[in-house]
Amino acid sequence: MASNLIKVFVPSDTTARSLGADAVAAAIEAAAAERAAAVEIVRNGSRGLYWLEPMVEVDVDGVRHAYGPVSPNDVGSLFDAAFLDGKPHELALGATEQIPFLSRQDRLTCARLGVIDPLSIDDYRAHDGYQGLSRAVELSGREIVDAVTESGLRGRGGAAFPTGIKWNTVLGAAGDQKYVVCNADEGDSGTFVDRMIMESDPYVLIEGMTIAGLAVGATQGYVYIRAEYPQAIKTMRQAIEHARSAGFLGEKILGGKRGFELEVREAAGAYICGEETSLLESLEGKRGMVRYRPPLPAIKGLFGAPTVVNNVVSLSSVPIILAKGASFYKDFGVGRSRGTLTVQLAGNIKQGGLVEIAFGHSLRELLEDFGGGTATGRPMRAVQSGGPLGAYVHPSQFDTALDYEAFAGIGAMVGHGGIVVFDDTVDMAQQARFAMEFCALESCGKCTPCRIGAVRGVEVIDKITNGENADDNLALLRDLCDTMVSGSLCALGGMAPFPVLSVMNHYSEDLKARN
Amino acid sequence: MEPSSSKSPLNADDERAIKDICHAKQDVPGGLLPILHDIQRSLGYVPAAAVPIIAEYLNLSRADVHGVISFYHFYRTSPPGQKTLYICRAEACQAMGSRELEVHAQQKLGVDYHGTTKDGTLSLEPVYCLGNCACSPAVMLDETVYGRVTPGRLDEILG
Ligand SMILES: Cc1cc2nc3c(=O)[nH]c(=O)nc-3n(C[C@H](O)[C@H](O)[C@H](O)COP(=O)(O)O)c2cc1C
Ligand code: SF4
Ligand code: FES
Repeated sequence: MASNLIKVFVPSDTTARSLGADAVAAAIEAAAAERAAAVEIVRNGSRGLYWLEPMVEVDVDGVRHAYGPVSPNDVGSLFDAAFLDGKPHELALGATEQIPFLSRQDRLTCARLGVIDPLSIDDYRAHDGYQGLSRAVELSGREIVDAVTESGLRGRGGAAFPTGIKWNTVLGAAGDQKYVVCNADEGDSGTFVDRMIMESDPYVLIEGMTIAGLAVGATQGYVYIRAEYPQAIKTMRQAIEHARSAGFLGEKILGGKRGFELEVREAAGAYICGEETSLLESLEGKRGMVRYRPPLPAIKGLFGAPTVVNNVVSLSSVPIILAKGASFYKDFGVGRSRGTLTVQLAGNIKQGGLVEIAFGHSLRELLEDFGGGTATGRPMRAVQSGGPLGAYVHPSQFDTALDYEAFAGIGAMVGHGGIVVFDDTVDMAQQARFAMEFCALESCGKCTPCRIGAVRGVEVIDKITNGENADDNLALLRDLCDTMVSGSLCALGGMAPFPVLSVMNHYSEDLKARN
Repeated sequence: MEPSSSKSPLNADDERAIKDICHAKQDVPGGLLPILHDIQRSLGYVPAAAVPIIAEYLNLSRADVHGVISFYHFYRTSPPGQKTLYICRAEACQAMGSRELEVHAQQKLGVDYHGTTKDGTLSLEPVYCLGNCACSPAVMLDETVYGRVTPGRLDEILG
């Protein structure tokens, strides 16, 4: 259907809206009416150039031109400057795809973020959506699993376990009922890509989960989304309804023999429920107590049945692997880190947002070339990567390559790809204290080193900063960290000491008495 | 004791609402969390008097139901204020001044975390990341998220 309305895109994702995108959309609509301009406002998702949000785009002869950050007060002058024709304005950023922050990325998993109307299946299909599933329905479960294994994809939720190997275990496990569970608990500070995918391109996750179901023989899936993400919950629920009406979920998907159903479940504010066995307990309606393993969830998972548990990004990377082939995906990256990493630049950073890029670039490149330094303009003193359980990385380590093994080599973690930047005003003793405080608050309580150790950790750090027996207490803190690392059942107690140890090792000057 | 205390018996409307929710979801696999969410959405909190009703519908012990409610930070057991302000306390927001912001909010409102203002208009809750970490510090008022919130901007948001 040809239309001579000019398309104006105003992002609707949580971050864009947190900066006033709704008011901008309303102002554009009002101004267009007043000037009798023939525009159609599309509420797309966000491309993730968050320092430019609200970033408005105009489609000029099939090329999108960006303006940002736009406030409602700018709208009049944008019309005066003929932004509908892509004309210059002080907020003009040029053709969107040519903005260096975006053009230098490798947008594979996140190719459609901010491009399409999130809930339009037609838009999704017009941008290569459902091509992976179309291939998958022609393949056996074994062939799908082999393609995912061959791609080298490793879990993007934190542990980086090879996805194909996990799926293979579930495929081989006996059971009439199997499940696919998407871990959308995204609890790590500094991470938001799961939220972005669910809000800006929900069908890619639905497609990925459906392919996982076909691969392992599961007919039911659950998306476990944190309660702190009301908009993602709403968008996913609507998208699932649309997908079902359009025949992409339910019985006999795409006219094939196999079916798949999907349901959203809301989490309830417990960080530990991001740990996969705690998550499964929570889905079963229980307290989120971490399970002992074996058995692996792949053998005995949800309701005792073989279960795939994967992160949002892992599952959303599957459609392009199926559509373009395992070797296409595998050609990105280095060493044993294949494909792309969705880096999220957060905290005190000038140009914060999403950078999807092949593994192997240096941390410095991300912080400087993409991030542009700190937001405050002061020197960077530390970055925490991999969430609250990740070490603080010192500027002397910024040349480390972003790949799983290189980061492990310096005692740090890539994890879910969140990078939180701090300038030189940070008090690292306070950050070490917070790591222990958070662990104490979120501990499921199953093991003593985590439950009691974290509380003790806070006390010991307080003693150090109060100047009580500093040397003895520093030695005690190190012992306590060792006990937690070696004696905890899961990575909450087992890794919360890492940020603390990194402060002891790189910022010992902060661990001293305050006045 | 104040009339709306969590210990008080349920009024007929609330009891009906809780029973309807339990009835609708009692056969949902792992349905306890969805039931608790629905109750909290409908009443604003999960009253203590709801526990025996839920236990009966789901064939669980009261201790089981209570244990689940107390495990999760999200469930409230007392009525909230008319609105709830969540302040993000996690690292990315710390890097952009959330510690100062929370002190400002607590002083302005005269309440601590988990408290409700005397006039009952606002409850204050901590939250650990809203996924808005590229535009920290972040707060959420009911379900609306705000980014780059300075103390001055918070005053505007709260009106
Ligand atoms: C304390 C803790 C919190 C976690 N939180 C999350 C989370 O929020 N999201 C996630 O995908 N994985 C999280 N994980 C990792 C999961 O246990 C699991 O490895 C992951 O969901 C598997 O999916 P993947 O292989 O696709 O990464 C967490 C682990 C721990 C120990
Ligand atoms: S380490 Fe902590 S969170 Fe993990 S199982 Fe033990 S007590 Fe629970
Ligand atoms: S750390 Fe505050 S929004 Fe993520």
